[in-house]
Order: sequence, then C-alpha cells, then structure tokens
Amino acid sequence: MKAARPNKEGKWAWRLTGFVTLCVYIFMFAPIVATVILSFNASMFGGFPMTGFSLQWYAKLMGNEAVLTAFRTSLWIALVTAAVTTAIGVVTAFALARFDFRGKQALSTLVILPALVPETILGVGLLVLIKAIDQPRTMLLLVLGHILLAVPYVVLIAQARMVGIRRVYEEAALSLGASRFSSFREITLPLLIPAVVGGALLAFTISFDNTSASLFWRPAGVETMPTQILSMLKISISPEINALGTVMIVVTVGIPLIGGLLMQSLTKLRRRGEPKEEAR
Amino acid sequence: MPDSQGTTLNPRPASAGAEGASAGAGASSPAVEFRNIDIAYGKFVAVRDFSLSIGKGSFVTLLGPSGCGKTTILRSIAGLVDISAGQIMIGGRRVDDVPIYKRNIGLVFQSYALFPHKSVFDNVAFGLKHRNVAKPEIKRKVGQALDMVRLPGSEKKLPSQLSGGQQQRIALARAIVFEPQVLLLDEPLSALDANMREEMRVEIKKIQKETGITAIFVTHDQEEALSMSDRIVVMNAGSAEQIGTPEEVYERPATAFVADFLGKANMLSGTVSRSDGPTIVTLAGGQTIYVLSPKALPQGSAVTVVVRPQKLSVGRASANRLPGRIVSASYLGGSAIYEVDIGGKANIRANAPIDGRVLREGEAIELGFDPHDCVLLDEAGLRIS
Repeated sequence: MKAARPNKEGKWAWRLTGFVTLCVYIFMFAPIVATVILSFNASMFGGFPMTGFSLQWYAKLMGNEAVLTAFRTSLWIALVTAAVTTAIGVVTAFALARFDFRGKQALSTLVILPALVPETILGVGLLVLIKAIDQPRTMLLLVLGHILLAVPYVVLIAQARMVGIRRVYEEAALSLGASRFSSFREITLPLLIPAVVGGALLAFTISFDNTSASLFWRPAGVETMPTQILSMLKISISPEINALGTVMIVVTVGIPLIGGLLMQSLTKLRRRGEPKEEAR
Repeated sequence: MPDSQGTTLNPRPASAGAEGASAGAGASSPAVEFRNIDIAYGKFVAVRDFSLSIGKGSFVTLLGPSGCGKTTILRSIAGLVDISAGQIMIGGRRVDDVPIYKRNIGLVFQSYALFPHKSVFDNVAFGLKHRNVAKPEIKRKVGQALDMVRLPGSEKKLPSQLSGGQQQRIALARAIVFEPQVLLLDEPLSALDANMREEMRVEIKKIQKETGITAIFVTHDQEEALSMSDRIVVMNAGSAEQIGTPEEVYERPATAFVADFLGKANMLSGTVSRSDGPTIVTLAGGQTIYVLSPKALPQGSAVTVVVRPQKLSVGRASANRLPGRIVSASYLGGSAIYEVDIGGKANIRANAPIDGRVLREGEAIELGFDPHDCVLLDEAGLRIS
C-alpha cells in the first residue's frame, strides 16, 4: 500500500504489519458485524447459519414492553446525565483553566479519579456508602452514579478546549465593559460550544451503555437497556437480542459520530482567521 | 533643549501639560497618573516605584526591551494586573479598586482579539451595548467608527474574512467607539507585516489626533516610538530610564541604556585629559577628541562619549578626526553603513551619505564629528549635565 520500500525485508515487515492489523480489526469488529447480520436472520436460533432475511425480531422487539420500558429508562437517565454532567464539566474546566485557588491541583486530580478507578469498585463503593447511611437504592442514586462516571471525560474535553481559547478574548470583553458573567456568557461559552456538544454526547453514550455500575445501583425492578439485555441472555440467546444489540450499536456509535462531525465543523468555523499564536 | 526630567533612575512625576494636544483640556487633572507604583508577581518585582503623569490628549509611548515591565504597566491601567503599592488615577479618580469593566478604557491587543464568532458590527458595538446605548445610536456610532478606520460597509463580515491589518483597524474602532477616557495600545503593530505596520502607524496617529483621545502605546520598536509619540518613556528592568520628547531621548539620552537602545549609538570610552578651555578626551585607542561638556570635568575622570552613527561624517573636515580601517560596508542606496576599526575595544559604526563612491572593506577611512554632536556619560552611565 505504500510506495517504494527500500528493500525486501522492509517490504515483508510492511506486509506483516498489515496482516496483524487486519487480524486485530477482524477480532474487534467481527462480533459487532455478526450481531448486526444475525439480527436480520429468519432462523429461530440466535446463531449462524442464516436461513433468510427477516425483520421479525425488530417487530418482536417493538412489542416487548419490558424492552421498551428499559429503553425509555436508559434514554432519560442518559439525557439527564448528559445535561447535568455538561454543566458541571464546563464550569469546572473554566475554573481550572482561568482561576488560581487553593487546592486546584487536588481538585483537578479528584475530578478525573472516577475515570481511573475500576467501575466495579466504584459501583460497590457507592452501594456500600448508601447502605452505611441507610438509604434505599433509588433512581436518583443511579443518575448520580452515572454523572459521577461521566464527569471526568466532560471535564477533560472542556479543559482541552478551554486551553485553546485565549484569555485575551475575555480581557477584551471586560475592557469593553462586560461584567465577568456577561463575558463568560457572550464570549467564552460560545467559543466552548464544540466542547459542550462533544461532552454532552460522550456523557450520553457513557450513561446509555453502562452495564456494570448500573447493575449495582439500579433500584429493585428497574432495568436499563444493558441490564435488560443481560437478564434476557440469562434465559436464552434469542435472536431478539441481536436486534436489540444492533439498536444499541446504532445509538452509541451513531451519536458520538454525529457529535464528532458537528464538533469538527464548529471548530473549523471558529479557527478560521484566528491569528497565529504570538511569542509573549 | 532643556533636560528637565528623567536624569535619574527614578524620575519624579513629570509635569503634565505642554504637549497636551487639546489645549485647555489638560489644565485640570491629568488623564492618567501613576504615583509610585510597584507591581510584583510573588517575589518577582516587575515594576518598581514608577511615577508618570500623562496629559489629556497626549500620545505617550512606553518603550523598552521585552521583560522591562512596559506591558505590565499598561495592563495595570486596564485593571488586568493588580498593583502592589502606589496609586493609579484615571481622570483624577483613583482606580485601584475599580474593576476593569468599570474603568472606561479602550484596549487594543497585539493579537487583535476580535471575537471570532461575532460579526464586525457586533464586535464594534460590544462596548456600546454594555453601556446601554440605544440601538439606533449604536448603529450610527458603529458606522462612524468604521468610517474613521476606513472600513465602511464591513459590518456583516466575520473577523476571519479580514486581513491582519483590517482586523487591527476593527479592533481600534471597537476600542474608541464608546469614547473611553484612555486608549491603551499593547504592541498593536507587531503582528503586522512591515508595509502594513508603517501604514497603520500613520493611521493610528491620525485617529488619535482627530479624536483627541489620550493614548498610551507600548512597543519595543524604537522607530514606532520616535515617529508616533508626544512623549516617550524608555523603560528598563521595571523602571523608567528617561522620560522625554522623541528628540530629547534620541539626541540627549539620559543613560547608557537609552543611548544604546535607541538607535545603537557608538560608545567611546576614554578619560578627560584637559578640562580648562575646551574639554579634551583621550580615547582608549589613544586618539584625542574635543567634546562639549555642560560642566567642567576633573582631569582624569572616566567618561563615555556617545555619538550617533548618523553624526559621523566621512572624509569631511571636522573638529574630531578618527582614522581607521573599514571592517564591513553595507550599501543602503542613499547612504552606507561602515563598521570601522579605530583601534579601540569595539568597532564604531557610521551611517553616512554616499559622496562619490562607496568605500570597500579593508580601505582606510577617516570619520569625523563635531564636539556638539556628542553626549557625555559619567562612569555610572548617566548623562553629565
């Protein structure tokens, strides 16, 4: 695939690299591809061989009240998580990038900690805490847990963008008579929009397909999409699960993809014409 | 030319007035006044005991190398930097506790800092909007300001659709449209290319004259400072070395630093060998030269004779003759620059009009200058007066 490799060994090394890469990709994507293909399988069993093309499993999914409920639950939890997390993330990133305060270093470490701690540990930890203060497992706990999981990523995204927004814009706004709040609302926030959109979408997906922590935190009788799939799997590998899996894939891959494109075009719009960074 | 102020490292507050362009207006309190301000970042003192008084309508430049504290002083007027001691007054009002957005100053940045997501109109209107000016009035004033910077009809454009020079014009319009008390310009020309820089220099000066606004300009470019300013404050290491008109600081530098920073003067060290009658200095290379000293100097005292390259003539009869050999010659069209070895520690530099033919490297040359075309500095590098 590359032109003019200098010698034979180089050529073979290149081919080997290509082969290994191909294997890795197959390993990574084969299950996803299989799920999508099998969701259209007419067979009663959730595996190969294909016996015909059919949309019956999607139709059956639409009629499955438990699945629809789980989908609705996941959707609104993800929406709330995205909204709250984005607000927290943007404000935190702004504070970390623009102000000097006592404990700033500690805060910036603390805020990304949930991303570093294994999810199971976090799940058990929050559960133990709830038990210790003798509180029931509620939807609020589940949402708070998801926010906890998503905040680090949003902060990191917003912080990266914040660093790129030169302070001089805010200084200009202040010098022109805008209060600190107005300058944030009219100047900083619009320039942060790509990060806001990106962060919200990421938070949405993190919440929407979270399985392990949700298993610990959900109140009795409540299922999210991933936990619903898990409990369905316990009974049998129905082809319905393949259809459900495909829906999940479309949602969790599609949303960040759209977000990424949106963010890219927004960034491009802002970047044009910004002068080169000067030496101070 | 009298040298009234600025001969010490900490000049007393210079009196406001004479150069205020708008006659009469300067009679009251000065537009901006610094009273013994210190600015420190932690342990690092960026500005030390700085005092300056700026008359209404005048154009004052803070000139110095990077890190001399000039930008810090500018930012302290805006309220972007806190002062650690002293007072800053704007229009007679103490502003130490006034937040930046209530100071009523116009600020122009090196990097333009136009809001990239707002149109030219919204950028220029920003200051007026935050002063609750009525919409039709905003429209009229923005139009006026854009006329003034010669970019009428550009209201709908985004900053990204403008060239660097145009962006800086819009930034200027944005900073003056609400008629601030002071216009602060932080190296506004450094990001522009050479041609545009010269054009903007004239333009800024013209607009400042027309509006009668008090302007404080920060630059490290001596040409900008000399060509635009009513007064120049030459800064070094956090304090003012000299405050004066462009002619004063160029012709009669107060310190060795000023002499060197403005136009690369030749510094010839020597000792006074005769002080009764005309003062004679014997240079390190053995030559004796006549100088004009404002006061009698004791024989044997060490002095530095400062001569501008332009004051040195080639092959013409003058009181002082310095023969030497050309180390390098650069032809500039109208004149030529010669680096000449006269046997001293450093080569001296002459910028002389071309008379006949351009001399070449290695040729013998005789440089000359008149006694009144030099300035004498004492051992501490301060001008003898």
